[in-house]
Amino acid sequence: MIWNPVEKISRSEMEALQLSRLQQTVARVWENVPFYRNKMETLGVRPEHIKSVKDVSLLPLTVKNDLRDNYPYGLFASPQRSIVRFHASSGTTGKPIVVGYTRNDMEVWTDCCARVASAAGIGQDDICQIAFGYGMFTGGFGMHYGIERVGATVVPASSGNSERQLMFMQDFGTTGLVATPSYILHLTEVMKEMGISPDDLKLRVGLFGGEGHTSEMRELIEKRLGIIDTQNYGMTELCGPGVSYECLENSGMHINEDHFLPEIIDPETGEVLPEGAQGELVFTTLTKEGIPMIRYRTKDISQLNYEPCACGRTNVRMSLVRGRSDDMMVIRGVNVFPSQIEAVLMTVCGIGPHYQIIVTTEHFMDRLEIRVELTDGERLESYAGLESLIKEIRQKLRVVLQIDARVTLLNPQTLERTAGKSKRVINKRDKCF
Amino acid sequence: MLVKQISVFLENKSGRLAEVTKTLGSNDIDIRALYIADTTEYGILRMIVDQPEQALQALTDSGFTVSSTNVIAIAIEDHPGTLDQALETLSEGSISVDYLYAFVGRSSTDAIVIIRVENPQLALDKLEETGIRVLSCKEVYGT
Repeated sequence: MIWNPVEKISRSEMEALQLSRLQQTVARVWENVPFYRNKMETLGVRPEHIKSVKDVSLLPLTVKNDLRDNYPYGLFASPQRSIVRFHASSGTTGKPIVVGYTRNDMEVWTDCCARVASAAGIGQDDICQIAFGYGMFTGGFGMHYGIERVGATVVPASSGNSERQLMFMQDFGTTGLVATPSYILHLTEVMKEMGISPDDLKLRVGLFGGEGHTSEMRELIEKRLGIIDTQNYGMTELCGPGVSYECLENSGMHINEDHFLPEIIDPETGEVLPEGAQGELVFTTLTKEGIPMIRYRTKDISQLNYEPCACGRTNVRMSLVRGRSDDMMVIRGVNVFPSQIEAVLMTVCGIGPHYQIIVTTEHFMDRLEIRVELTDGERLESYAGLESLIKEIRQKLRVVLQIDARVTLLNPQTLERTAGKSKRVINKRDKCF
Repeated sequence: MLVKQISVFLENKSGRLAEVTKTLGSNDIDIRALYIADTTEYGILRMIVDQPEQALQALTDSGFTVSSTNVIAIAIEDHPGTLDQALETLSEGSISVDYLYAFVGRSSTDAIVIIRVENPQLALDKLEETGIRVLSCKEVYGT
């Protein structure tokens, strides 16, 4: 079902709506966010230069580091008294990035997520279990609001504890599941161990997000569970989930372009690419009050399709994300940059400066292994010395990444040291990023 | 008298131990005793060698993470109850043993027990008071 009529308005109506909202957003950041104003002044752009939607390309690009550098409040366009919520996600190094929502931002977010749920066929007769984490992560809350808005019953199970998830799914008759695609594949393994067959569940549809999803994973999910598999897309910087979503036609993700204006750029030059070209996805938020984003570089590789969809929606569709233009990894739904890991390792005594990051899949769950060289012989006096070193590294990584990593100590001089292009990340997963 | 023990970090990879023994062999260093404790992730090799300083240098040069520690070596007669007497002494002195291992020396039928404790000098004094024969470096290294 099409939740909001705006999903099927004509291109000219959409562009008129986008233009007026873009102009408001640009005026808003010009007045309230010195960071954007300075960048615009450097480029010689003023709010009145925005005369068409295409003029968005006159504006400066924004990257994740800008959020980190202006942590925590530097990019906010609303005073604290208008902000009703914070969320955060990991930054590229050290500090997280933080975003704030006004009451209206929360309302928009809820509506966007309601469109996600509705497009996946979720309605009042559904019981939807949310196996995304709640807390500072946007995934749990965003989908919670959207699913509740369409009238389905929400089971806010949060992440983890697979046995308990399955107990709720059986006992409550859960029909929809919100999770990462790897998590549901992991659940199918737990089901096998517990002797639960797909027939014991009423699960009908999966709403997957938080990480990329190959067609092989999709086939496997459908084969193992016989459910409808829908993907949706979003990121903390833009709002969380609710940026784009698949309908049941399975032909790309519809972008909520009345709130998020997409462009595709060449990741090398920053030039806007013609319609249909593959490149890096860039979004400008059109209605965000708390922390508007001007031409935010997602680093996700995708392409846009402006053809109306067979489902009746006219909003532009983005292809499933084909990779990244940077070295970010998505591990268990969490964004992880090698630079974050490096920053943590630099604070640990007793190990060398070289490291290797190995990402594997075990029972469909991502596993992160960090290999470091032990240089401090004093630690050999007792096992406790070595164990505490490993524990310290794991603990520090957990604080920054919010995920558990396995730490392997190696002899000195065993990791590759090729100048410049040393291969620090070894990805052994079947996922695209 | 305290003797030097060499500890070597061994990552869990085949051939690592052989590299250690090769390094020592090619430097004419004789291993008097060795003991490996391992976990699933890594191992620590502890050794008594005839030339501890040279062993430390050679292993460091070969890229190993190495340390040297003072341990106690005692000679105990090879019959029941003798090890117990030594351990009782330490226990009475509230000295806890981190680990120990034993080997048979060249010159006698006595067993040589290597003991690692937190405070080796204190342990040494206690053992000597009880009349337990603490070995010199020369006796242990066999040089």
